[in-house]
Amino acid sequence: MPTEEEIYQEHVLDHYEDPFHRGELPTATHAHEDKNPLCGDVVRVELQIDAAGRVQDCFFSGTGCVISQAAASMLMEAVHGKPVVEVQSLAAEDMLKLFGPRLTPNRQKCCLLGWRVLQQAIYSPVGQAVPDKR
Amino acid sequence: MPAITSNPVVPSPLTGDLLPAALRDDFPILSQHVHGERRLVFLDNAASSQRPRSVIDAMDRLYERDYANVHRGIHVLSERSTDLYEEARRKIQRFIGARSEREIIFTSGTTSSINLVARSWGDANLKAGDEILVTVMEHHSNLVPWFQLAERTGAVVKQVPITDDGQLVLESLDSLLTERTKLVAFTAVSNTLGTINPVAEFTRRAHAVGAVVLVDGAQSVPHVATNVAALGVDFLAFSGHKMCGPSGIGVLYGREELLEAMPPFMGGGGMINRVYADRFTAGELPAKFEAGTPPIAEAIGLGAAVDYLTTVGLDRIHRHELELVGYAMERLAKIDGIRMLGPGPEQRAGLVSFVFPHPHAHDVAQLLDSRGVAVRAGHHCTQPLHDRLGITASTRASFYLYNRPDEVDALVEALGRIARTFRPSGRKRKKTDDIA
Repeated sequence: MPTEEEIYQEHVLDHYEDPFHRGELPTATHAHEDKNPLCGDVVRVELQIDAAGRVQDCFFSGTGCVISQAAASMLMEAVHGKPVVEVQSLAAEDMLKLFGPRLTPNRQKCCLLGWRVLQQAIYSPVGQAVPDKR
Repeated sequence: MPAITSNPVVPSPLTGDLLPAALRDDFPILSQHVHGERRLVFLDNAASSQRPRSVIDAMDRLYERDYANVHRGIHVLSERSTDLYEEARRKIQRFIGARSEREIIFTSGTTSSINLVARSWGDANLKAGDEILVTVMEHHSNLVPWFQLAERTGAVVKQVPITDDGQLVLESLDSLLTERTKLVAFTAVSNTLGTINPVAEFTRRAHAVGAVVLVDGAQSVPHVATNVAALGVDFLAFSGHKMCGPSGIGVLYGREELLEAMPPFMGGGGMINRVYADRFTAGELPAKFEAGTPPIAEAIGLGAAVDYLTTVGLDRIHRHELELVGYAMERLAKIDGIRMLGPGPEQRAGLVSFVFPHPHAHDVAQLLDSRGVAVRAGHHCTQPLHDRLGITASTRASFYLYNRPDEVDALVEALGRIARTFRPSGRKRKKTDDIA
């Protein structure tokens, strides 16, 4: 069982208090939102994917625990400017590694919420197919 | 292995109405340490309580000496088990002041008791346009069965609102209770707010318009002396595992006339009078509602739990919890940024839920756990209530007869640390290593 000091590292707290690109992206071409039904954590990801297939810009929003929100911030920072194919190849394991501290299976779900939403956002053009849940 | 007590033990200013500390020795599970050297501080009793040695022994003894199926076998073990099972039923009858043991139905828990009423009484008595009145503070188990009943029958579910400090707005009953109201279902004690609702008054008002009253007693029966005859309720549902008994057992009390008139809900062995090639006739109460092999050991364990609670005394338990929750609220109020949900200590049972602006309830629970303090975090199966309060989750500390003031101190000390750690401090993010 990871201890409190192990999970809530400086790096995690930094992202929680000073997140990367938390907010809205009015120019988004793709977006998705989902929640963890067990705890109610919500993450929304908005992407602007350009003609060359790059994540030109990305923002996240939502509410929830330190882990789900800090993980989403780390993920936005990591995929910003990256080709979509690279983002698609990002596995759950990579997300857990990116987050850093070892997590129990229950808290892994918190960590992976943003990653799950991002992977679906890539296939969710704004104003088509998947309805905007907001 | 000897372990040091790392949670603080501060002399308590409380003396008056507390139960003796030696009572903790009756509960083997409480004497352990967790996460290495942390003394276990168990404050998740509203979710499920712990059980005394006498309950564990009663079930062990049954399995070691007396166990067989009940009401069936013509042999000595079946007779012993049947006697013990029916004796447990009589203990519960006396414990809640029911007139007859025919009014005590064993179920698997509060949820199953409520669903039994919804399926049996509800389907037989409700029609389109009828109204079911609940409150906004109900547990999902006292909402979803009524939503399902409304879907099946076309009945309408209405809600009694609450004040900002978590008390029912009884004036709203003037307009909410009408001749269309066929059922009023509400909790005696809120599992999230701790509010003690005025059961007798609410019941009297509901009966005045001819409605049937079901009370969710999951959070009240374990903590406050309950007398169904004095309260006048028609149905009372509660669970064994929240009152020092085993999981998998619960009770539905129903007024005999109502239960007599209700059709059986689950069909199977044990609930019949006679089965023919193409039909059946139902058995007598209470067997009519106990199809299949019941939770035998669990019912007997619940009987032992009732013995234990009766010996300690429900009034003393309630006073003990009032002392603890009053002390907890007084100390919690001093933590920066905390918001406590629900009314003042005088209107509540022994639990307190709260929220911080930072961090989220799940982080609070995880951080408390790492200090050995077990609490509940989340929506506590009361999402409509959380919506009403404008929050998504809260943290709940809930007390029982074995909790002590120094455990409140351990909770408050740990929460103070958490509040300090997560207070916005102007920290800045450093660039994350490139992973893709």
